[in-house]
Amino acid sequence: MSDKGRMFKYILKRLFLMIFTLFIITAIMFVLIKLLPRELPMEKVKREVMEARWRALGHYDPIPVQFGIYLKNIFTKLDFGTSWYIEYNQPALEVLTKRLLPTVLVNLYSLIFSIPIGLALGILAAVKKNKWQDSLISTLVMVFVSVPSYVYAFIVQYTFYFKLDWLPVGMYALADAGNSYWTWKMFTSMILPILSLSFGEIAGLCRFTRAELTETLTSDYMLLARTKGLSRSQATVRHAMKNAMVPILPMLISSFIGILGGSMIIEGVFSIPGVGRLYIQSIQQLDYDVFMTDGIFYTFIGLLASIVVDISYGFIDPRIRMGEK
Amino acid sequence: MAEKKLDYMNIPAEKFEFVNHGERISDKAFEDKPIGYFKDAWIRFCKNKASVVALVIIVFVVLYAFLMPIFNTTVDPTFLASYYDRMAPRHTALREYGIMDGGVNRNFSEVSLLTKVGIGVGAADYEGKGDKSVKDGLESEYQPMLNVGNVIEKATGRRNKGKEIIDRTYPGRIDTYLELGFMYQSIQQSELKNIQAWEEETGLKVLYPLVEANEYNPAVGTTEEANIWYKANKSYVPMITGDNGKVKALESPFYSADLVIEDNYKRDGEGNPIYWEYTGGGSHETAQLKIRVLYYNYYYYQNGHEPNYLFGTDSQGYDLSLRMADGIKLSLLVAVCVSVINFIIGAMWGAVSGYYGGTTDIVMQRITDILGGVPFMVVATLFQIHLATKVGAIPSLLFAFVVTGWLGTAARVRTQFYRFKNQEYIMAARTLGARDRRIIWKHIFPNSLGTLITSSALVIPGVINQESMLSYLGIVKLGTSDATSLGTLLSDASKIWTDHPHLMIFPALVLSLLMICFNLFGNGLRDAFNPSLRGVEE
Repeated sequence: MSDKGRMFKYILKRLFLMIFTLFIITAIMFVLIKLLPRELPMEKVKREVMEARWRALGHYDPIPVQFGIYLKNIFTKLDFGTSWYIEYNQPALEVLTKRLLPTVLVNLYSLIFSIPIGLALGILAAVKKNKWQDSLISTLVMVFVSVPSYVYAFIVQYTFYFKLDWLPVGMYALADAGNSYWTWKMFTSMILPILSLSFGEIAGLCRFTRAELTETLTSDYMLLARTKGLSRSQATVRHAMKNAMVPILPMLISSFIGILGGSMIIEGVFSIPGVGRLYIQSIQQLDYDVFMTDGIFYTFIGLLASIVVDISYGFIDPRIRMGEK
Repeated sequence: MAEKKLDYMNIPAEKFEFVNHGERISDKAFEDKPIGYFKDAWIRFCKNKASVVALVIIVFVVLYAFLMPIFNTTVDPTFLASYYDRMAPRHTALREYGIMDGGVNRNFSEVSLLTKVGIGVGAADYEGKGDKSVKDGLESEYQPMLNVGNVIEKATGRRNKGKEIIDRTYPGRIDTYLELGFMYQSIQQSELKNIQAWEEETGLKVLYPLVEANEYNPAVGTTEEANIWYKANKSYVPMITGDNGKVKALESPFYSADLVIEDNYKRDGEGNPIYWEYTGGGSHETAQLKIRVLYYNYYYYQNGHEPNYLFGTDSQGYDLSLRMADGIKLSLLVAVCVSVINFIIGAMWGAVSGYYGGTTDIVMQRITDILGGVPFMVVATLFQIHLATKVGAIPSLLFAFVVTGWLGTAARVRTQFYRFKNQEYIMAARTLGARDRRIIWKHIFPNSLGTLITSSALVIPGVINQESMLSYLGIVKLGTSDATSLGTLLSDASKIWTDHPHLMIFPALVLSLLMICFNLFGNGLRDAFNPSLRGVEE
């Protein structure tokens, strides 16, 4: 079989497995959530609206039947249920998608900010291995990787809001910043969450880059490259970097997919109206349909990231042939 | 040369000599001690300075968590000082040196400064003579103001009766424990006897004169505002009797060292201050008495020690140092349990999957694939909602960690088994008739142990992080009197930390320290157990 054919078959296989896994997890989550007690509100109008909706979803039928209706609604109408407490009588999917943009923006800015710095520091540490630059960077990386993100959140809040009063303590509400997420005012209010997300991100990326690059720098083909007459920097850039990128790029790709999920803690601390905060809200207010939708969403992102990473290896490195026994 | 040639066929009997007859032939003992795999790993671990330091710090933190509740004999772990909540760190011995003085820096208006200084003046005047000046009050050991800075005057531009109003601010540092000042308590006769006996014994004063309801501010003396013992108007500005006998409020600026404020104590017919009064109740024993106490000494009387809180108190009034010990204990307990359980499950699963291979392996792999897709957050939440009321928050947290946590170990064990199962020594063991179980546990497993221990060590910081995150987010609800988590402490502090930074700083510091040290320790362990690094340093 040709390489392309094999690859195609492999991707199909992975996709099928992903859908199967997603189905099983959804089913388990559905049953577990259905087993929880739920109440109708006391208010008459709300009660009638909610009960009518429950009936349509088969609330008084056995759980397998309900699951059937749930799946049918998803496939035919893209209907993931209704939010009752977070946003009254709104489709759960809409509640979720509305919150995607702030989450993606904050995380995307943070990635754009941290990837160059992380890579540069990692490369510097690897090139200067066992010198003072390396020890300094490695020590800092150790500290920054270990400290939990909400500790950074408090440090930046304390410094930039409480002491210096340069930046707002949390993200502005949409109405306060010109009804758009793209205004400069909105961006300034995002700086603190971006910063607190970036510390860990930079440190993680730096550590990974350093590990990969030190490995390629000591490999035999580097020796060969030097013997052929390449200078150290030439060899590093053309051979070591290129090979170190094989595991680094998929990692970056997976973090780009991960930005969809956001960070529950950072979104909570800085009151970002995002997906992560929605998750916490849905637990606190027992808005089950939203919780379910968010859960499926998180599962989907996780599965998607793992597939994309595995497949991207095949594209990035011609030596790796996907689906080979 | 012919005669020299030995006749091997006819060697005389006496030439024969038994070699080592009756004597055992054994190897000579090694001069140096043998270095086994673990010993070697230990030696290499010790060479990694950072990891050793991390290990020492971990040991200290663990010792703190377990010994603090034992050595902190003055405070029972469940002791709740509800009046002393969110207090800053304070220690009576260290207070002399200006650290841990229980103080916070604040700016005071003139009136609020006088009410605070007034506590000290009132405390100095326990006989109720009303002759103590501000200067005497400042020298009192119960003076809450640790220091008072120079006044900052700011013209407001507004005018009152032709005079410009000047806004006066006094920067200062105040002891939050003494700031509480006086307080009314309702007690029984026997209690009063005890207090008086205690006062006699220690020479410290608990009971202070009751305050008369003030004609200018009727609320004073009847409400909880027990600190306004002087004549004052509704906004707590002190009143003085003028030359014409008329009582009027003092005019700003009135704060000075020589100021003597007029007391407003309740007095009997002979002019002696009254220290208690009957408020209700039946017989002699059950009769309720109202007293006015200096809370600092009342606390001393009640608990037998002065308030000493090394890290301050949390928002409920628990000793933060003990709460943190509880939190560390919980984090470590969860982390160790999770890594042990996951290790066992993962090892068994991976061993079976890797050893048997084929269909068994494929089926088991598919199951782990599905489990691997489950987001941890969702599992933890569902377990908390379903199980927390039935089996408790901590066991359901453990379950949640175990559901997907063993996948990593299982994958590693499986790889190790694939690596070892076709090697010659396994073949030899099988040829000699060893059963599968024996081959798995006696031959392959010990060989992969080093790698596995290492990966388990790095599980611990991960679990600590996730546990504190879950409790911080409030998904795991911990906060009872005997169990808390560092995450819960931080989440409590997150709402009030700008005013009480110590509530945030100490738990965050300990949590970060634990994470850093466990990561360093795990890294050291990984390098030490990694056979490919053997002898690299030499």
